[in-house]
Amino acid sequence: MRRVAVVGVGQSEFVRAYPGSIRELAFEGFREAMQDGGLTPADIDASIVCSAPEYDRQRSPAGVIAEYLGLNPQPTFHVETLCSSSTSGVRLAWSLIAAGLHDVVAVIGFQKMSEISSAESQERMGRGADIQWESPFGTMMPAYYAMYARAHMAAYGTTLEDLALIRVKSSVYGKLNEKAVYRKEVTLPQLSDPQDRMAGPVASPLRVGDCCANADGSSCIVLAAEDKARAFRKKPVWVLGAGAASAPVNLAGRDLFTGLSAAREAARQAYRMAGVGPGEIDVAEVHDCFTIAELMAYEDLGFAAPGEGRELIRSRATYREGKIPVNVDGGLLSKGHPIGATGGSQVRTIVLQLRGEAGPMQVKDPRIGLVHNIGGVGLYGNVLIFGTD
Amino acid sequence: MAGKREPEVDDRFRRFGTVGFTGITRVNDFITHLEEGRVAGTRCAACGKVFFPPRADCMACLSSRMIWFPVEGQGRLVSWSRLAFGPAGFQEEVPYTIALLDYGEFKVFGRIDRSLPEEELAVGLAMTVRAERLAGDRLSYVFVKA
Repeated sequence: MRRVAVVGVGQSEFVRAYPGSIRELAFEGFREAMQDGGLTPADIDASIVCSAPEYDRQRSPAGVIAEYLGLNPQPTFHVETLCSSSTSGVRLAWSLIAAGLHDVVAVIGFQKMSEISSAESQERMGRGADIQWESPFGTMMPAYYAMYARAHMAAYGTTLEDLALIRVKSSVYGKLNEKAVYRKEVTLPQLSDPQDRMAGPVASPLRVGDCCANADGSSCIVLAAEDKARAFRKKPVWVLGAGAASAPVNLAGRDLFTGLSAAREAARQAYRMAGVGPGEIDVAEVHDCFTIAELMAYEDLGFAAPGEGRELIRSRATYREGKIPVNVDGGLLSKGHPIGATGGSQVRTIVLQLRGEAGPMQVKDPRIGLVHNIGGVGLYGNVLIFGTD
Repeated sequence: MAGKREPEVDDRFRRFGTVGFTGITRVNDFITHLEEGRVAGTRCAACGKVFFPPRADCMACLSSRMIWFPVEGQGRLVSWSRLAFGPAGFQEEVPYTIALLDYGEFKVFGRIDRSLPEEELAVGLAMTVRAERLAGDRLSYVFVKA
């Protein structure tokens, strides 16, 4: 099989409400990827468009977006795995290229969460789970992750302060990231001050500060076969491993509540395919839709043993200067989480890191980077590993 | 009277929970069991596999012959969360607490009875499930202390 590299990356600014249509939003990330890679739409052999369609008014958005980006008559199609849609797109692009069907594939992730009214959004929220057996009880995404947080605390003694430390870290890098929606600093006292908005209850034990911000945004990752990749202007960043797994939607079907089984399985596959272990990862982007999600990711990816994730944040090992820097772009917590665009944004961060182009967020000389992107509450798990020559 | 009779639609499941999102399923008998005061799961008549929530089809042996059984005895509280916000249709019930009980052979996802204060909850707490009637002829179930 042919080796596959990332040859261009881009993302829009992540904002509360994008003042344009979905095709124009998608163009923002696409243009940056084209300029980054020295590419034109004619270089692209196929496009994969990724979003969570419950936020779209446009049916089958791949068509209008491919047209707007100048990607006709090349094939295009839509891929959805909720919040992990665009890493599912990257994994699929890898397979199309490795198999020899296409040489250069663009993965375009987008979400305009402000496309629907807040009343419609409230209604969609209620259908985010198993609509037959869970939604009739009034479930919401934060409450599920809150149940994992509670179970982790009960099993291992993880504390609310440990979770707060993760929010504090994300804000340090959100401040540095000009694409982030939330660029203010968050302090530890804020999260324990009942008068502060950050400490307000959402779903016990999680507080406002434990939850990521909704945002509008887009991302674009262009992948190419080895011979093509070497001809483009940027140093190729190779896809070394691509793992993916799923878990039951309904919590009643699960056995693990202190970690995400789909993340563990996807990580196992990705490490095996890449021929590396957790100790060899120099920089990681993990799916911190909630603070507890980052803590569980430390353990699910093997950066810490189960139950010991808190030691990494307490010792600042996941800061930029630490042993295993995690989410040094602000993560979902500060950067914002435009569902279909998130995975592509994570890949962009890792590619920039491996090229040494991450600016004030740059980690010292990373060679191998990892992306952990989760759809739903651990329903879908994707883990990708990237490396330089 | 002549004329065609409209086919009867069995949408009993529409009555499940505070807000129903789907009305037609081949395990609609779940609602009749709830109405009679039982929370029921299914057991595969061919291979014996036990399901909660109930299923119409067994993925282990592919049989669709199911036998209903009542959920009895005690479950252990796996985890819970008390919601300060709710989705559309649930805002008036806030705050409420969702939870998961482990019965060993299966688990049950649902809500904790609102009379039970959060301070009395702990992972591992022994609880039971009870069928419950809601306003507007709707049906559900809640977890109470064993």
